[in-house]
Amino acid sequence: MAMNIIEIKNLTKKFNHLTAVDNINLKIKEGEIFGLLGPNGAGKTTTLLMLTTLIKPTSGTAIINNFDILKQSGNVRKSIGIVFQDPSSDEILTGYENLKLHGWLYNMPDDLKEQRIKEVLNLVDLYDRKDDLVKKYSGGMRRRLEIARGLMHHPKVLFLDEPTLGLDPQSREYIWEYIEELIRKENMTIILTTHYMDEADRLCDRLAIIDHGKIVVLGSPRKLKKDLGGDIIRLQAKKINKGNLEDLPYVKEINKCYGGLCLTVINANKHLQEILSITGKINSVEIRSPTMDDVFLHYTGRDMRASSPEGGWAQKAMTASVRR
Amino acid sequence: MSELKGIYALWYRESKVFLREKSRIISSIINPLLWFFIIGGGLGSAVSFGNINYQTFIYPGILVQTALFSSVFFGVYIVWDKKIDFMKEVLVAPMKRTSIFVGKILGGSTDTLIQIFILLLIGFIFILTGIMTEINFTIFTILISIALLFITTVSLVSIGLILGSQMESPEGFQLIISFLIFPMFFLSGALFPIDNLPSWLEPFILFNPVTYAVDGIRGTMLGISRFSLILDFLVICIFAIVMVLLGTYSFRKMKI
Repeated sequence: MAMNIIEIKNLTKKFNHLTAVDNINLKIKEGEIFGLLGPNGAGKTTTLLMLTTLIKPTSGTAIINNFDILKQSGNVRKSIGIVFQDPSSDEILTGYENLKLHGWLYNMPDDLKEQRIKEVLNLVDLYDRKDDLVKKYSGGMRRRLEIARGLMHHPKVLFLDEPTLGLDPQSREYIWEYIEELIRKENMTIILTTHYMDEADRLCDRLAIIDHGKIVVLGSPRKLKKDLGGDIIRLQAKKINKGNLEDLPYVKEINKCYGGLCLTVINANKHLQEILSITGKINSVEIRSPTMDDVFLHYTGRDMRASSPEGGWAQKAMTASVRR
Repeated sequence: MSELKGIYALWYRESKVFLREKSRIISSIINPLLWFFIIGGGLGSAVSFGNINYQTFIYPGILVQTALFSSVFFGVYIVWDKKIDFMKEVLVAPMKRTSIFVGKILGGSTDTLIQIFILLLIGFIFILTGIMTEINFTIFTILISIALLFITTVSLVSIGLILGSQMESPEGFQLIISFLIFPMFFLSGALFPIDNLPSWLEPFILFNPVTYAVDGIRGTMLGISRFSLILDFLVICIFAIVMVLLGTYSFRKMKI
């Protein structure tokens, strides 16, 4: 049985009267890809900042790689790597120089540093571009560079805060492949926060959905989807008559979702006709197995697709480039 | 000493970035030259001090002015590092906050000293071409001036870093120019002698540590000074120590 690489104990963070993280308890096993999901302001990033020792919890603590984040923050920092949500490389330096800085900041011996730079640049396919200034990189390349940097000192735990936010589908696909390759090669534990349900579904062994600073549900994507118990019928129309849908025994749940209503229904194929006779005329119907989006909607009451991610990575990168 | 490499890393980044941004170096040199030629030339047609012309008189003041603007601004620029996540990348490294502060001070001082060296070189050309006269430009006086400017720079970078570590957005920059940099510059005696000041003005000037840097350099290069060189050194050293300590403290307390 794999050991727990992270144990979060009663972790709480209050900002004035707002409780951003509310008494979280969680154990994460070595070698897991663990996802933290939640709507904007749910407490994901705050949790990550506490785990990476950048802010102090109001109460509670966490143990990472057998070190306490409060009492042994130096050792915790040596054990972790982190890829931040916003750009965190200096774009007036080259990719290689950014990695060199990282090696010095982590006090790596020179030969090891050079060897690792080569290794991680090859891993993210940036070796050919290592001597270009980062401002010449595309958003996806910059992200890959920052992921490479997070890996350079071979951390036991890698934190990825929204690793594909603001990237085009192709770059996202690349980054997923790198993350999967990492796990195979390095046996690292990865904690990632994400807004993208498809990302969580594809990458995570287990995930926790956080809302209002609390964990509302925890499990593997597969189990969470199965637990919804039924199929999803999605109806689209200008006006949908809900009638007595709620009273039907096979309708488990009714949610507003993107462009209409989403019903969780047992044996949807069989009951579709009856449902349509209640709702009246509608524009389109879709029956499908539950996705992580449905799981998210079920537990938070919010549709992830309708909410836009905070920040805007590309925009921040732009801001950063007009400094000085 | 595991911290040394990290300090070196921060210094390396600052000086690399500075040298790559040519526009920054050029503008940092143009501005003092405008002061020298326009204010110096304009007022110089009416004002002189014995056989020392006005341009020569304000040259030490302009050296200090360059240190003042470039150093404080360097410090405040960490707001940009905080605005993206570069600051977090540094803060999450296994390094002491004090070392991060030291690395930043060294980086900022290097930037400023490069500008000072260029201005000293230009000063040398002014002497050769006869624009500046009666100025004592020897290795000894230059070394004394650089020492004074270096200590002043360290304290001014610290002020910038203290402000930058507390600020969350660059919107406060204008306030810093209006309420800190310009008053410190105008109240330093960079542009006028400080011997016979109106009594309401004198306390402000005596209270301004930058005054002592100008006084020390002007005394060394031109022989015009109000205080002894020892006193000038003493005041700016105390100023530097206080600012570095305050800066270290504010870096430890810095929130991200």
